[in-house]
Amino acid sequence: MNNKKPKKNPEDRHPFIDQLSQLWRNKTAVAGLIIITVFIFCGILAPYVSPHDPLETSLYDQIKPPVWHENGTWNNILGTDDLGRDILSRLIYGARVSLAVAVFSVGLAFFFGTLLGSISGYYKGSLDNIIMRIMDMILSFPYILLAIVVVAYLGPSLRNAMIAIAITYVPRFARIVRGSVLEECEKDYVTSARAIGARDWRIIFIAVLPNCLGPLIVQTTLSCASAILDAAALSFLGLGAQPPTPEWGAMIAQSRALILRASWVMTFPGLAILFAVLGFNLLGDGLRDALDPRLRD
Amino acid sequence: MLAYIIRRIFIMIPTLLGVSIIVFFMLHLAPGDPAELLMGERASEEALHDIREHLGLNKPIYVQYGIFLKQLLKGDLGETIWTRQKVWIEVKERFPATIELSIVALFISCVLGMILGIISATKQYSIFDYLSMLGALIGVSMPIFWLGLVFMLIFSLNLGWLPMSGRLSVGIELETITNFYVLDAILTGNWEAFKDALWHIIMPAFTLSTIPTAIIARMTRSSMLEVLRQDYIKTAKAKGLSQFKVVFKHALRNALIPVVTTIGLQFGVLLCGAILTETIFAWPGVGKWIYNAVMQRDYMVIRGGTLFLASIFIVINLCVDVLYAVINPRIKVQ
Repeated sequence: MNNKKPKKNPEDRHPFIDQLSQLWRNKTAVAGLIIITVFIFCGILAPYVSPHDPLETSLYDQIKPPVWHENGTWNNILGTDDLGRDILSRLIYGARVSLAVAVFSVGLAFFFGTLLGSISGYYKGSLDNIIMRIMDMILSFPYILLAIVVVAYLGPSLRNAMIAIAITYVPRFARIVRGSVLEECEKDYVTSARAIGARDWRIIFIAVLPNCLGPLIVQTTLSCASAILDAAALSFLGLGAQPPTPEWGAMIAQSRALILRASWVMTFPGLAILFAVLGFNLLGDGLRDALDPRLRD
Repeated sequence: MLAYIIRRIFIMIPTLLGVSIIVFFMLHLAPGDPAELLMGERASEEALHDIREHLGLNKPIYVQYGIFLKQLLKGDLGETIWTRQKVWIEVKERFPATIELSIVALFISCVLGMILGIISATKQYSIFDYLSMLGALIGVSMPIFWLGLVFMLIFSLNLGWLPMSGRLSVGIELETITNFYVLDAILTGNWEAFKDALWHIIMPAFTLSTIPTAIIARMTRSSMLEVLRQDYIKTAKAKGLSQFKVVFKHALRNALIPVVTTIGLQFGVLLCGAILTETIFAWPGVGKWIYNAVMQRDYMVIRGGTLFLASIFIVINLCVDVLYAVINPRIKVQ
């Protein structure tokens, strides 16, 4: 570690402050945080920051190039698609769709995964065996295949794609939580909590789970990245968001016919996916370095 | 060793059973009448009756599962709805294309990933290290369906170097032996077809290899860094061995143990990740076949294909575990 001017002995600081400053010093994590902030900002404030209505078609403005091209105009900074819809506005609204995917599918997976994992780790025995075998079964499917199959049966829609992604992500959370709970339950504070007669759910949720937060936060961040990527892939295949929803993957699918005439229609949504996913991956990596002291060198 | 392998195979059986249960019940979880789902909305009453009889859809559900399992053990995955062919025959026709693509992609990602990882580890904190690790992170975040289209735009449409889709150009004859076109061309000495098949596979293989390359590069780097810190490496350096010898003869062997596992697991991921790549490049493999089935709502193909791919995935992961035990003797003790 290259601490040139140690102001205070790092040992004295609260672990949380220590981790925060670790994270802040990690340049990639900060870069990720900036990207995610822009992404969330666009998602939430889409109606206020986008210059046009993302669904508004215009016969006169079909396939306009971006502003830096010869025929580009400031009215449509990133150009328009084959129906004359403003690409920048569609990208901004697309952030909203991807944000929803990240929140709902990862949220669902987080909730059920944590629940199943903590039950599994706390009660052990046959209940643990059954739950973990089911998780193994889900994991034994190549997960994009499982998501495709689930959507194939439920019918293609963004909601079903989110459910499918959530199902495939549950085992990741369940495994992490189970492992941490198993480890924590061996410790004295759990024994003493039991001794004073605390209820099971209280021990699990108030005493044990907060101590497993580190790996959970990392997993949540990385799962947001892959959820956005998978939802875009499903939508690209026509199994997620349906037209005219401004979803990045679906936008790429619709622009395939324009690939030669107007390559920008395809380029920008792809870059948007790449940056959003990269943002979460950068932050996830940084968080892992900060929250897992074993990895620090 | 043998005992370990046998035990692992026994553990695999309940997993395979579980997969068959999931695949089986999915049809019944879907909204609507299973017979109608299988035969399509416009099926005649007679056809619906036939399929109900054939699959025993009127019987209790556990009996149905029994019938399903019995047929499965006989290697019968049922018939497709649209082409009325055995699902198994269609899988056999298409699987070589998927394996061929996956092997070439895996080869690319092993070579690229390991080279990047080794150089990054030996020159830790150099500009090369930062750039290649940033590149790896971008690779993991890449929407490959988009990258495939970008490759297509650059290398096929603009530069005209590579063909856009398919496995062979129209008009090129190839006698098939193994159904791996590149291999078949070598075996029959058909060099024109060899070049053509190779040209066709480059772009899809590179697209497919993006994520595995990134994962292997990151794994190689961190594993290599850990090994390079060991005492025996210091000894080797102190003996005055060249950097090349230290890295490739002493460090690499141990560093590769976890990397081999990663590579093996990636192969399973590749086989199934091919769904996106095959769809974009019209590569006639299992992935594109399943995708088409999803689009045409051919649930027999979806069911059979999913079961097949999931089983292959499980078997590959088993092989990786065994291979890991072979190269890492410490595992056997447990």
